[in-house]
Amino acid sequence: MFALDKKDARLLLMVAVLTMLAPFILNPFPAGSEMAQFNAGYPDLMQRFVIFGIFAIGFNILFGLTGYLSFGHAAFLGVGSYSAVWMFKLLSMNVLPAIALSVVVAGLFSVVIGFISLRRSGIYFSILTLAFAQMSFALAYSVLTPITGGETGLQLALDDPRILDVAASATGNIPVPGLFGLEMRASTNLELGPWVFTFNVGYYFSALIMLAAFYLAIRIFRSPFGMMLRAIKSNQQRLNYTGLNARPYTLAAFVISGMYAGLAGGLMAAMDPLAGAERMFWTASGEVVLMTILGGAGTLIGPVLGAGFIKYMENIISKINESILHQWFYWLPDGLEDFVVAMIYPFIGKGWHLTLGLLFMAVVIFLPGGLVEGGQRIGRMFGRKKSEEKDKPSGKTTPAE
Amino acid sequence: MEAIILQILNGLDKGSAYALIALGLTLIFGTLGVVNFAHGALFMMGAFCAVTLSRILTLSHTVIDPTQTDFLGNPLKVQVPYIHDIFGQATGDAIIDWAVPLSILFAIPIMIGIGVIMERGLIRHFYKRPHADQILVTFGLAIVLQEVIKYFYGANPIPTPSPEAFRGSFDFGAALGFDPNVIIYPYWRLVYFGFAALVIGAVFAFLQFTTFGMVVRAGMADRETVGLLGINIDKRFTIMFGIAAAVAGLAGVMYTPINSPNYHMGMDFLVLSFVVVVVGGMGSLPGAVLAGFLLGILESLASMSVVIDFIPGINQVIIYLVAIVILLTRPRGLMGRKGVMED
Amino acid sequence: MGILEVKNVGKRFGGLQALGNVNLSVAENSVHAIIGPNGAGKSTLLNCLVGKLIPDTGSVMFDGQSVLGRAPHEINQMGISRVFQTPEIFGDLSVLENMMIPCFAKRDGAFEMNAITSVVSQKDVIAKAEAMLEDMNMADKRHMHAASLSRGDKRRLEIGMCLSQEPRLLLLDEPTAGMARADTNNTIDLLKQIKQDRDITIAIIEHDMHVVFSLAERITVLAQGTPLVEDSPENIKGHPKVREAYLGETAH
Repeated sequence: MFALDKKDARLLLMVAVLTMLAPFILNPFPAGSEMAQFNAGYPDLMQRFVIFGIFAIGFNILFGLTGYLSFGHAAFLGVGSYSAVWMFKLLSMNVLPAIALSVVVAGLFSVVIGFISLRRSGIYFSILTLAFAQMSFALAYSVLTPITGGETGLQLALDDPRILDVAASATGNIPVPGLFGLEMRASTNLELGPWVFTFNVGYYFSALIMLAAFYLAIRIFRSPFGMMLRAIKSNQQRLNYTGLNARPYTLAAFVISGMYAGLAGGLMAAMDPLAGAERMFWTASGEVVLMTILGGAGTLIGPVLGAGFIKYMENIISKINESILHQWFYWLPDGLEDFVVAMIYPFIGKGWHLTLGLLFMAVVIFLPGGLVEGGQRIGRMFGRKKSEEKDKPSGKTTPAE
Repeated sequence: MEAIILQILNGLDKGSAYALIALGLTLIFGTLGVVNFAHGALFMMGAFCAVTLSRILTLSHTVIDPTQTDFLGNPLKVQVPYIHDIFGQATGDAIIDWAVPLSILFAIPIMIGIGVIMERGLIRHFYKRPHADQILVTFGLAIVLQEVIKYFYGANPIPTPSPEAFRGSFDFGAALGFDPNVIIYPYWRLVYFGFAALVIGAVFAFLQFTTFGMVVRAGMADRETVGLLGINIDKRFTIMFGIAAAVAGLAGVMYTPINSPNYHMGMDFLVLSFVVVVVGGMGSLPGAVLAGFLLGILESLASMSVVIDFIPGINQVIIYLVAIVILLTRPRGLMGRKGVMED
Repeated sequence: MGILEVKNVGKRFGGLQALGNVNLSVAENSVHAIIGPNGAGKSTLLNCLVGKLIPDTGSVMFDGQSVLGRAPHEINQMGISRVFQTPEIFGDLSVLENMMIPCFAKRDGAFEMNAITSVVSQKDVIAKAEAMLEDMNMADKRHMHAASLSRGDKRRLEIGMCLSQEPRLLLLDEPTAGMARADTNNTIDLLKQIKQDRDITIAIIEHDMHVVFSLAERITVLAQGTPLVEDSPENIKGHPKVREAYLGETAH
């Protein structure tokens, strides 16, 4: 299917099914129940899942394949957002031209930054990209205010030109982004007994784009170009002594991943038409690194898992508060209950970043291959048991390689 | 002219902080070969040592003062710091006033302890791992440390004043023969600069004149060979990590009166300090110090209104621009050694 | 006029004169060995040939063109392939993929994006790579992780990767260093086979006299950065200066 081998096709299909059914899967608890606040099937969060998924998939093409650790990818995300909002301001509220411009501008920007940064490798490369991103952030925050909106961010206004569109909607409000009249924020609810499932246009639009992005990533991974990138990570010296110059390949990977980041930034603006400099801050770059590592750098599905996992945890953990903890541990003796709650309290709610940092360290220390490796290890544990059982009746053993 | 001198002076204190952090980063990088993204967090922890000590010193208990009454005629309750009970009021107040300099004594053992625990507990396991892993794990650690501080001290900056005696400003202009009140410079910043110079000098002297320092320098040049000589280099490197942590911590302690410490100050300084290290030359201690002061002063000069009018926003990006230019023209930085972090 | 002409090459590291006035001529389709005691400048010389180092003085001509000032990948494109002392292969890739990379690398090394077609569809490249694996006697290991190969197999793979570029000059840097006797003999046989099957010039830097005298048609002896003598193996064996400077030490 789609010129993929069976395993990859199955992976793509699985991701497609999961994203399409996400409104059901992420809403396991009936509305109005105690647990309903842990439902993740609302549009805003689901959109973030897939948009950050795109961001991480793109980052993985650079980091996972070539091993070049960029600490400045948030700059491309920010540039993508700004471009999209400008398109909404100047041209029309249709999301397609806005997203197209995001990708193009982020691509051009990454050509410039990549061309300079890739003249160095290792930690120097990381610091160069970090320097560029911080520079972009500082400029967006101050001097470039006419273009970026500075501290308040770039927002739509009623007096924007929007030459191909209306400046104001029929009700006199700022129009909302849409796809040929289909508003991104439009949603339908489906009520099944006590459950409520929300289907949002923006989510499905982003999800389809993510599937396309994921498909493209699979193709890149399986192509000779992808093999070349893995060769760069593995042994650049041998590549040079094979008559190949690594730089055009790394630059191409850098630009592709920059365009993915721009796409994610454009989609963010399409879901909510504003853009702020904080999207370019280096912690945002750190976040995408974390997503990729957590899921499993260099694997196909890893970044998607990582992005989903982190955004979900962020959402859930920041929502837990002290009284919820008390509810959970009410069955403990009073003193012990207070103690357990007091022990957990620093890690929840506003303490989400602490949990995130610990998670980050734990993954790097114990599970450098991320969730994917963890899954494989568990799979192997069960797989070994199964194969042992299989071997018993036949009594045959295959020679080890 | 006056304006330039003033800006150079202003650049000195920021440059001092950059130099001290970069010095520690370079020590760790040069000896252990580890890229420590948590070094900024150590700077921040140092600053919070000062906050903690001043809080300890002002711990109070309530006493009823029979000589005073509140507006209802009841005896007034006043908060009396314990330190007054121990040393008497005058000495007690003086100690509280001098909390920040006193914190130096308080911070040294704590920071060395934190450094040693960090190295033994975490960093040690990453010597053989790729630099990317080192960056990531120390990055995670930095997040954890700053969140812990945020949990205990809150998110707002905590003003921590310098001793009364240093609160004024020194009129440099008058001293140098310019008009008075043109080049004025807070005393504390002079103290900070002097302190930084002292610490830097002490570190260099330590490395230059002690056998310990000699072994460490040899280790920086060629770790394997020193290991072969039967010298327990690992133990020395642990201590070296502790010292680097203490240097960063002291930079933080003394910086508190200049900028009220908050939990993310470490990260703000870290990014710039890395740039400083790279500009100075990875693994070069004099390079780190030189680049620290150079970039601090450049940043300060670039924020002069004349310059900003000419190139808007230059003050925000000058350090990064310099770093980019240096990295592309002198890949090893200003004073980098061959063979350090190449390829 | 040899295929590789080294003239008056000198290289200094700080106070150390690593190479002083080296002259060397490697005849086309010969096997030329460069021997010498430790610190004689063998590796420095090799690094000057492949563009890793740039000599301070002198010239290095390959097939009438200067190699100086070119990047390693450009020198490789001229037709020089190098085998390293410790095998340099793509450890994270499979054996077959290792062999495919040089097959993809066209002689001009032109950047080819080719990001959409699948590797599996590159039938001609795979066929070429598999044929070379067959030649190297490694076809059964094609799906193994290259990092998990034995030292001898890594060496074979590396030599195979160099050969699939169809180089005119193959440079080997102590190809049997750290190998067991059996692996060493296998490598000697492999190199003999290669010489027999192909029009190729081989320049070999070696410590092991057994290897040198089994393969070389011409030997240059380096000592302290300068060539001592250049002669046929028979004459080298009996040369008093060589015995004094080199063979005497290793007692072979």
